[in-house]
Amino acid sequence: MFDSLSDRLRHTLGNLTGRGRVSEADVDAAMREVRLALLEADVNFRVVKDFVSRVRERAVGADILESLTAGQQVVKIVNEELTALLSAGDRTFHLVGSPAVVALVGLQGSGKTTSAAKLAKQVVKQGRQPMLVAADPYRPAAVDQLETLGRQLGIPVHRAPAGTSAVDIARGGIEAAKRTGRDVVIIDTAGRLTIDDALMEEIREINAALRPVETLLVVDAMTGQEAVTVAQGFAAAVPVTGLLLTKIDGDARGGAALSIGAVTGIPVKFLGTGEKTDALEVFHPDRLAGRILGMGDVVSLVERAQEAFDEKQAVRLEEKVRRNAFTLEDMLDSMRQMQKMGPMGQLMSMIPGMGGMAKDAQAAVDRGDLRRVEAIILSMTPRERRDPSILNASRRRRIAAGSGTTLPDVNRLVKQFAEMQKLMRQLSGGAGRRAAMGQLLGRR
Amino acid sequence: MPLFRRGPSRPPNDQPPQPEAPAPETAPTPGASPEPEVRWAWGADWSPDKADAARREHERAQLEHGLEKSRTGFAARLRSAFGAGGDADWDEIEETLITGDVGATLAMDLVERARRRREVEPAEAVRDELALLLAPRDAEHWEPVPAVEGGPAIVLVVGVNGTGKTTTIGKLAARERANGRRVVLAAADTFRAAAIDQLRIWAQRTDSEIVAHAPNADPAAVVFDALDAAVARHADLVIADTAGRLHTKSNLMDELAKVRRVIDKRLPGAWVETFFVLDATTGQNGLAQAKAFHGAVGLTGVVLTKLDSTAKGGIVFAIEKELGVPVRFVGVGEQADDLVPFDPQAFVAALFE
Repeated sequence: MFDSLSDRLRHTLGNLTGRGRVSEADVDAAMREVRLALLEADVNFRVVKDFVSRVRERAVGADILESLTAGQQVVKIVNEELTALLSAGDRTFHLVGSPAVVALVGLQGSGKTTSAAKLAKQVVKQGRQPMLVAADPYRPAAVDQLETLGRQLGIPVHRAPAGTSAVDIARGGIEAAKRTGRDVVIIDTAGRLTIDDALMEEIREINAALRPVETLLVVDAMTGQEAVTVAQGFAAAVPVTGLLLTKIDGDARGGAALSIGAVTGIPVKFLGTGEKTDALEVFHPDRLAGRILGMGDVVSLVERAQEAFDEKQAVRLEEKVRRNAFTLEDMLDSMRQMQKMGPMGQLMSMIPGMGGMAKDAQAAVDRGDLRRVEAIILSMTPRERRDPSILNASRRRRIAAGSGTTLPDVNRLVKQFAEMQKLMRQLSGGAGRRAAMGQLLGRR
Repeated sequence: MPLFRRGPSRPPNDQPPQPEAPAPETAPTPGASPEPEVRWAWGADWSPDKADAARREHERAQLEHGLEKSRTGFAARLRSAFGAGGDADWDEIEETLITGDVGATLAMDLVERARRRREVEPAEAVRDELALLLAPRDAEHWEPVPAVEGGPAIVLVVGVNGTGKTTTIGKLAARERANGRRVVLAAADTFRAAAIDQLRIWAQRTDSEIVAHAPNADPAAVVFDALDAAVARHADLVIADTAGRLHTKSNLMDELAKVRRVIDKRLPGAWVETFFVLDATTGQNGLAQAKAFHGAVGLTGVVLTKLDSTAKGGIVFAIEKELGVPVRFVGVGEQADDLVPFDPQAFVAALFE
């Protein structure tokens, strides 16, 4: 996420940090780089202009030119200004009203239908009972798409016969929710262009009829300079209360998020981080700014870990590592827990200084490396899992055949596990942690 | 004029499906039954010239209509930047190009080169430099021409999520049906909920055949079966839909490469186009997308969608410059006939009008 922008800024500011003392010319050169990086990240032209001039003013003005830690100060200023840009508005997701009505609006293909389902799932997690409303009567099969997602999640979807207007579908959805005791209604509207007067009138009507407490604008993270115009267009028609930024799991730098916040004051509330229905995150500007600057996002990582990890199991595992009794079974357990936390690449990018490894780690997962390891371990007998030293050639051949892998695959795993045990002895001794970490993550 | 066309003397309905071909799933006809399974609107009253003339007229109107919206604003600002006497405010030109998603680096580069050309006025210099970035192509005559005797031409449609692949396929099918071609749609987006239903509706609308498997089936298998069905039924063109995928997901890109390989395996030497569908609102990430898809399946054309919005689609200049892959079509609306050939000269000129 935001890989390239953080790389660029790190590179530019790395030059500044390296030298310690910074001249005004250095600041100018750095600002040129920052400007280019932000523009290439699709941050709106006017926002970039503002941003650069604010940072320059603060960087050149202060004692910075005399200071030995000038580089660090520039990093700090850029970080603060980025956070400020990303912090626009009230980011609370309000679910008041009975039922609480949430409308999703946006351009075609921004990801409204998928986001509606993700949002519904999030709402369920908060102990509420959502109903989805398919108010897109235009795109072929849009209603079926939402219904399929609703079925997967066990969330009811309100639909109306063909020919029903979007406003009537939405009204019907509210009535259905009241009838069936659902307390949150999430309305998926059709994609529309802001210059399409008829369709903009339609969302105005929906808004007037239902008075949604939240109207989220769904924006593709890959959107270019038009993002601001689009946001302004929707905000002029209906009271947009927040942004839901989708497809942030690609390598788009997501300048749209910065731009829209800066120009319209509409806060980013959620990030869509993948194709699965649980890939929706609450947005944290400070964390994101830190991540942009390559400072990692440890807070998010810890939160994910807490959600995914079974504490008793973790204690048991730690105990085992300490007693040197860590087996292949335990390795399988921890691998599975790790996967529960989310895509490997995302996790890695949250660890400070490991952003660069995120792609490799994710590629390993995508290639199915972890699944192969899982298959190999599952093809072993319990005794073999606890004591790999009994694995002779014949047993290894059997395991390879049973797991659909090859003998070299099995050999490699056994060897890696042996190395891992060695490393754990060092870890429990407190030595060589950094090297150990690298090797644990499969760097050979 | 198409070079390859089957005469009406061989209506496909007269030929029972061959036993070795898998039974294709046919677009359901409401209330219908023992009717012929496959309905091709392939009548005697059809005339290529009539269809062609009507289409061209419509295309011209559509392009004008679509570009008109892009033009206002962008062009007005360029005009004001150029001023009357040619003493242009180059910074403002650069800014205008950047706001059109041309990209900062490329915009600076363009302005630099235009500046050095003193012999022509700034407006013309910038226009020339933009046009020079576009790969040469025969804009008017894109024709899916089967290369293998007895086999169909194939168009594989790829792109990231939400760019308009399925809609583009519907429009392309409508266009080629109007040209008298028999079209088979391959529903190889087996991932997105209801994607198959969406394509099925387009098959009905355009009177094309559709080959679909169950959700989550192997997309390569769907395409393979579609090719079999197309060969068995003497179809002219297979258009394959694929699931939208972010270009950074290596496993999904591998899956796509497999689909492409399967085409070569089933119909070696066939005429295959790989269209990359790009949303005109996309910013600089569009280039990274195009590169990744080009690496996976070898792109032969770009379809720039949603050009009826306020977006300029300036990223295509960088894509053509870097990859040499030409934009073939632009999408300018949601109707079946809102797909028009991309004409580089007209595209650049229209931005400045």
